[in-house]
Amino acid sequence: MGNRKTISRRSLLTGSAIAAGLALVRTATGQWVNALVPEKIPLDPTKQLGAPQGKMGTRSTFEKLEKIPSDTSSRTPLHLLQGTITPSDLHFERNHGGVPAIDPNQYRLLIHGMVDKPKVFTLEDLKRLPSFSRIAFLECSGNFRTGKEELTPQQICGLTSQSEWSGVLLSTLFREVGIRPGASWFLAEGSDAAVMTRSIPMEKALKDGILALGQNGEALRPEQGYPARLFLPGWEGNTSVKWIRRIEVSDQPFMTREETSRYTEKVNGKIRQFSFDMDARSIITFPTYPVSIEKGWIEIRGIAWSGRGKVIRVDISTDAGKKWQPAMLQEPVLDKAHAYFRYFWKWDGNSTEIASRVLDETGYLQPTIGQLINARGKDMGGYHLNPITFWQVKKDGRILLRPQNWK
Amino acid sequence: MKVFLFSLVTFIAVSCKDRADSYLHEGKAVSTAIPVFNVGNVSVDSFVNSWDLDIRPDGAGLPPGEATPLIGQPVFEQKCATCHGATGREGPMNVLVSTDTTATAVKGIGNYWPYATTLFDYIRRAMPYQSPGSLSNDEVYALTAWLLFQNKLINDTFKLNRISLPDIEMPARKNFIKDDRTGGPVIR
Repeated sequence: MGNRKTISRRSLLTGSAIAAGLALVRTATGQWVNALVPEKIPLDPTKQLGAPQGKMGTRSTFEKLEKIPSDTSSRTPLHLLQGTITPSDLHFERNHGGVPAIDPNQYRLLIHGMVDKPKVFTLEDLKRLPSFSRIAFLECSGNFRTGKEELTPQQICGLTSQSEWSGVLLSTLFREVGIRPGASWFLAEGSDAAVMTRSIPMEKALKDGILALGQNGEALRPEQGYPARLFLPGWEGNTSVKWIRRIEVSDQPFMTREETSRYTEKVNGKIRQFSFDMDARSIITFPTYPVSIEKGWIEIRGIAWSGRGKVIRVDISTDAGKKWQPAMLQEPVLDKAHAYFRYFWKWDGNSTEIASRVLDETGYLQPTIGQLINARGKDMGGYHLNPITFWQVKKDGRILLRPQNWK
Repeated sequence: MKVFLFSLVTFIAVSCKDRADSYLHEGKAVSTAIPVFNVGNVSVDSFVNSWDLDIRPDGAGLPPGEATPLIGQPVFEQKCATCHGATGREGPMNVLVSTDTTATAVKGIGNYWPYATTLFDYIRRAMPYQSPGSLSNDEVYALTAWLLFQNKLINDTFKLNRISLPDIEMPARKNFIKDDRTGGPVIR
């Protein structure tokens, strides 16, 4: 190497390595390094001046964090995150007509119907109103996958994410137009290709609804509703209508497609409608598929949340649900937010199953899939399924999901 | 004016449990009385006229127009069949025609949709998927009539219009119940 301070990746690739497609290549000093990294990674970062300050921060090219997109949604890599805040570019997506491109200068919000003064607001108008922020999770009500052992937390329930949301309280916004007596619902309408609509009870809006303009310190990402969306803490994600352009205040629900033929669920032969609240749920994010563990101390960790308030307790079982012990909760435990839990476990090398369950401040204890079937019938619909997730620990250290099939 | 504004934003020391808009003020959680800022433009007519397209279950919002089911058949074949199948049963996207009421039946308009007005509202605002909002009111009446006929909810001579549409009885409506989950120890 002599006095060269950096290694050009290309210069290191020998003909045989290229032919074999090897990810690892050998340097002139005999070290094995990953060929799939940017050029000019110094062997010793203390011996070379680093990159200058920039206009934007970047994620290390060594970090491969990705959502899993499908035709309808895109899932957050829960098992690869640290702490409780989801990076904005990894927040899950569920769109009904793609992500629209919206010019903030052309953006308008119309509020009309049963109001004293119907009004049109520009983005600048909305930014003049008092700003409010809170940390909260957002979860799609269709957030449950199972059926095979090789599933990650991202695949099972990656349609939940957490952000600090900022914007105008709906109670503040509605004061600008004056809600008429008798108004009890409003229609929220998006400006996407689906012109997404949901009917929302006025009571929720006035309690804690937000017209969100910001997420994690900056303007909303286009995928999250830029430049403005509804955010209803603890409620099924579909109600937090993105790219909102119109609010019509009414004395009844509008019975839109999304709240009749979708986002409703069969329960004992009936169809449950306006099931807004997200029930409490938890998921272990480590150790889970695809990792393997070795004998000795393991920190079992994960997230727990409730759409009805605060997490009170998370229990861990390391014997397939026979006994449960309380985990430690990371402070602060916030209302309607992902809470971080941990539990120290000394694995003895025997096969077993590990699981978590959450208790929320209403006294609701996360159910098993069997309890959900007992309550809703075996033909229950696919929304609002929040069962305890069990992970099989194999003798060789592999962790696999215990599939939970009922149909 | 200054004194008036100050009085509006004077902190009110009240209990802030369940209040979304509480702040810390000199170490105590308090709520603020938020003044009316009088922002926003009251000239809304042009926006209402172009955006207010929703249809309520009582028919409010339905435009003039009329169609019978067979008028809708060629429109369906031309603009909908690629995604929903030749008769609305085959997919690959959402099955539209289903009158089977057994517990495991696939969800369709005939066995799951509680209001006929929703069909008009949704087709007009969001369909066809590749060119949303491109259908005329007459085309939407025609498609709505064709789908209601296919689901055995009206006969083939039914004249669908703003008067007759809200009165169509949807069999699934009796199955709809309000959310009975309340939190607490009972699993529902």
